[in-house]
Amino acid sequence: MIKIDDYIPVVGQAVIDDLKRISEKLKDRKIKNINSTPVGGGVAEILSRLVPLLNELGIQTCWDVIKGGENFFEVTKKFHNAIHGKKEDISKRDFEIFLKTSEENISQIRTEEDIIFIHDPQPIALIENKKDNKWIWRCHIDASNPDKKVWNFLKKFIINYDAVVFSAPAFSSPLPVRQFLISPSIDPLSEKNRELKKEEIESVLKKYNIPKDKPLLTQISRFDRLKDPIGVIEVYKRVKKNVDCRLLLAGGTAIDDPEGMEVYYEVLEKAKHDKDIIILNMQHNDFEVNALQRASDVILQKSIKEGFGLTVAEALWKEKPVVASNVGGISLQITHKYSGMLCYSIDGAAFAVKQILNNPAYGKKLGLNGKEHIKNNFLITRHLKEYMLLFLSLYHNKDIIYF
Amino acid sequence: MNEFIADSPFKFYTRLHLSELTGYKAYNLKELLKILKKISGSSIYYHTHRYLQQHQYLSPEPPNDFAYWVKEGLGEDKLAEKLASIDTIQFSSIRELRNKIIDTIKKYIIENPLSKKRQANSNQGFYFIKAISFVFYTGYEVFTLQEFCNVLSKITIDSIYYHIFESRLRLEKGKNDFSNWIENSLFEKQIAAEIDKIDPYTHTMEELRNTIIKIIKKRIEK
Repeated sequence: MIKIDDYIPVVGQAVIDDLKRISEKLKDRKIKNINSTPVGGGVAEILSRLVPLLNELGIQTCWDVIKGGENFFEVTKKFHNAIHGKKEDISKRDFEIFLKTSEENISQIRTEEDIIFIHDPQPIALIENKKDNKWIWRCHIDASNPDKKVWNFLKKFIINYDAVVFSAPAFSSPLPVRQFLISPSIDPLSEKNRELKKEEIESVLKKYNIPKDKPLLTQISRFDRLKDPIGVIEVYKRVKKNVDCRLLLAGGTAIDDPEGMEVYYEVLEKAKHDKDIIILNMQHNDFEVNALQRASDVILQKSIKEGFGLTVAEALWKEKPVVASNVGGISLQITHKYSGMLCYSIDGAAFAVKQILNNPAYGKKLGLNGKEHIKNNFLITRHLKEYMLLFLSLYHNKDIIYF
Repeated sequence: MNEFIADSPFKFYTRLHLSELTGYKAYNLKELLKILKKISGSSIYYHTHRYLQQHQYLSPEPPNDFAYWVKEGLGEDKLAEKLASIDTIQFSSIRELRNKIIDTIKKYIIENPLSKKRQANSNQGFYFIKAISFVFYTGYEVFTLQEFCNVLSKITIDSIYYHIFESRLRLEKGKNDFSNWIENSLFEKQIAAEIDKIDPYTHTMEELRNTIIKIIKKRIEK
């Protein structure tokens, strides 16, 4: 079990002292997080790290997960896509399914804690349970250009919250509720990000039969159309014309994403005639993801839409050169040509990958700058600090607050 | 060696901040000006000081968000340079700094009328954010120059930030807290003046810490 003091060698004693200082002001508060999946995806991953640390700091924090059938998650996946701006056919029946499952959860989940922290749209309707406690809605999705029908439906719930949190400034929109900007984070000590020995990396490459005889381009993401795995194969094909390389597309699916398997089969079909394309539909395994990222020469994140794109932060933390779409929170993590390469198209991404493969020293510099940026801005200790400040802000309404 | 003991201690505070989204967005200079005139001082403060804490190492970021956006979002490099080189240390209040930014943009528009027509892409707007500051007492109290130096070497950069930037400009104390105490409680006018003379906006936070420690150590070792 990782303890708060274990982060001292990474961020310094003073940062940890600050965390303890803030937590003193929240000692008598109870907090409950609610989301829709216990594993898979960035939200569950962050909560699995933050909840134990908040408890260690003396703030009683728990985590609950709503229940829902296949129909419900098909609807919420449509909502998810529609918030990202994708055209979705959402019927009256879909809204009814959402409300019916929400009602079941409203009657089953207890919400008497001081602060209820709701993550993403799936549990948003639980706000119906609000009494005199504080409620926060955390939107992890890029809501900069949402489908109006879905957004207006969700807005009826959002306006009853005490605060809303977005990951990037562009995701916010005019709302009669206080809105805060808090980026997600990675945990440098987790299995996914800790330093690995050479033998550990090699053991994973051996397990999946990945030779290291040529440069390895990798995208690790859920099999999801918004992550554009087909586009990644196109990028690889363009690079391959000039530089011999291998592509690894690795990912899995989450229980709240029924589209996953369908996309996986599309990717298999697209890659079937090329032996240098490796497709891995992996079980959740942080250690293996860590090893695959560290074994790669270039990491791609060619998403069409992205909430934040934590895989970028993970790769940069490992000093890897990253080529990523300029969407969602990715531009907060990468300064183009300084700490990575931002792109807008398949051609642009392919050009950037070739530049890096042909100039390894340049790739190394991008990775080093990237790690420094992540260290200063996107580690879990910063996230923990901002969540605690957010909790405190619910009880204060001034721009400068003295304790 | 100076072992003078002050009557009243220097108390180290630290300032942690949270970013609050204001909902205001600009896509051209006209909109930027309009919002600049009415937005809270906490937002002006955020956009002119954010980089100091976010980029603690040397980076290619220009020193304020307005300059960065004018260059990257609108392609107005000349105006970006003018905004980036505003000498923030000259101003003793956010109000004065706001007026300087507004005047710089207004003057540029008069000299370059076409600049008014430049429009940022829909995904490259300027989003106004404000800083919510949480000020905590760190528990460190010092009475001598040596003690001050010891604590300064281990305190977080957030604490240095609070005493140097926030209290001078946002709380309008005129001078940074370190110089104030060293001058008025230790009666070390020269050191106070030397620290006050540093332009903190051209240093990274760690450089700033080291520069102040160096000035104090020099005096202690005399």
